[in-house]
Amino acid sequence: MKLEGHRLTKSYGAFRALDAASFSTGDEARVVALLGPSGGGKSTLLRVLGGLLLPESGEVRLDGEALPHEPAAALATLRCNGFVFQGYNLFAHLSLQENIALPLREVHGLAVVEAEARACELLERLGLVDHRHKRPAELSGGQQQRGAIARALAPRPRLLLLDEPTSALDPVMTGEVLDVVRELAEQGQQIVLATHEISFARRVADWVVFLAGGRVLESCEAPAFFQAPATAAAREYLGGLSKYR
Amino acid sequence: MPRIPSSFRRPLWILLLLGALSFALYAVFARVHYAWNWQRAWQYREQFVQGWLLTLGLSLAAMALSVLVGFALMLGRRARAEPLRLLCTGTVELLRGSPLLVQLLVGYYILATAVEIHSPLLVGIVLLACFEGAYLAEIFRGAIESISASQMEAARAVGFDRWQTYRFVVLPQAVRRALPGTTGQLVSLIKDSSLLSVIGVEELVQKVRILNSGSYTSLEGYLPLAAAYLVVTLPLSWYARRLERRFAYET
Repeated sequence: MKLEGHRLTKSYGAFRALDAASFSTGDEARVVALLGPSGGGKSTLLRVLGGLLLPESGEVRLDGEALPHEPAAALATLRCNGFVFQGYNLFAHLSLQENIALPLREVHGLAVVEAEARACELLERLGLVDHRHKRPAELSGGQQQRGAIARALAPRPRLLLLDEPTSALDPVMTGEVLDVVRELAEQGQQIVLATHEISFARRVADWVVFLAGGRVLESCEAPAFFQAPATAAAREYLGGLSKYR
Repeated sequence: MPRIPSSFRRPLWILLLLGALSFALYAVFARVHYAWNWQRAWQYREQFVQGWLLTLGLSLAAMALSVLVGFALMLGRRARAEPLRLLCTGTVELLRGSPLLVQLLVGYYILATAVEIHSPLLVGIVLLACFEGAYLAEIFRGAIESISASQMEAARAVGFDRWQTYRFVVLPQAVRRALPGTTGQLVSLIKDSSLLSVIGVEELVQKVRILNSGSYTSLEGYLPLAAAYLVVTLPLSWYARRLERRFAYET
C-alpha cells in the first residue's frame, strides 16, 4: 500500500495535536510504524489515517485515493478498517464472542451462525476459544487485547490500526500481543502501528513515520531510520528509549 | 459452641431481628395501654382492599408513564437544539424543586379545569408520572453520561453508526447503571401516590382515613396500611436486586 497524509491538521480545543502533518510512504509499505514522543500526535494521526477522526484540514490518501469527509462515505471507509486501542476497549457488557459477532452481524451483514463461526475461528487462532463466553472483566489484560485484535480482524480489514497496543501490559502479556502482531505482519496483513516498542518496530516495520509536536519530522524506510535517523529529535528519542535495554 | 452452617446463618439472623422488633413493639404498646379495637376496623376490610387495588393500579400506570416521561426529558436535556434543552432542563428543575402537593392542587384545580378534564384519577396519574419522571430523567442522564468515551470510540471503530452505538453499547450498559436508582424511585412513586387523596382519589390512604374516622380507631387502620405498602415495595426491591445481579459484569 501507499499511505499519504497531506497537511493534516486536528485540534482539541486550543491544543494542536496535528499541525500540517505531511508524509508519504513507499508504494509497497506493509507495516507502517508511527514513532515519536508521547503527546507528539501518534494516536491522533493513527485515528485520522483510519478514518476514525476527521481532520479539520488536509487529506489522507490510500493507494492514491483520498479518504472521503462526507459522513456516510466516511463511515463506509471506516468499516473497511480494524482498530485496536491501548485500553483494549472491548464492550464491557458482552462476552468475548459477542464482542466479535455483534459488529459482524450488525455492520457487515453476516448471519447469526456465520458470525459465530467467524468469531470462534479467530478466537481459536488467538488461543482464546476456551474464554469465548467470558466477559472482558474476567480476562487478563493480554487476553483482552488479543480479543480486541480478534474483533478488529474479524471483518478482514484492509488496514489494521493499532494504537500503542501494549502500553498497558506487563512484559509477558506484551510478548503475547506482539507475537500476534508479528504473525499478522508476516502473513501479509497491512498494518499501521503506533508504539514505543522500538525493538519490535525495528523487527516488523518496513516504513517509519516519526512525529513530534504534531508534525512529521521523518518518513523513510525502517532500516534507514533505525541506522541513521536524520533529525536530532529522532536521535534523541531513540537514544532515550534504548538507554535501559 | 458448634459452628452454624453459613446457609442457615442469614435466616437465623433475620428471625432473631424480627423477634427483637416484635418484642420491642409489644413492650411499647404495653406501656402506653393502647386500647385495640380490631372488630370495628375489620368491618371496613372491603373498602381497604378496594383502596389497595386502586393504589396498585394507579401506581402501575404512573410507573409506565413516568419511565416514558423520564426518557423523553432525558433525551430533551441531551438534545442539540438549545430551546428544547432549556425547556426540558427547566421542566425537570420545576418538577423536582416544588412539592408534589402543590403540583397536584394547581394541576387538577387550575390546569385540568381549564382544559375541562374532570377525572381526578387520570389527572393524578399524569401528574404523578411527570413528578417521578423528572427524577428518572436525571437518573437516566447520569447513567448514559457515565458510559466512557473509550466505549463510544470503540463503537465507532467497529463501524456502528449513531443509532447502533446507542442501541448496542450505550443503552445496555446504561440500563444496568440506572437500575438501582430507578427502582428506588418507583418505590417512592408508590408511596407518593398517597398524595392523590388531596384531589379526591380514593386510594388506600384516603380509605384508611375514612375507616379511622368511621370506627374511631387510628393504629388499626395505619398499621395494616403500612403492611399493605410493604407487600408491594419489598418484592419490588427484591426483584430489583436480582436484576442487578443478572446485569453485574463489572468488577
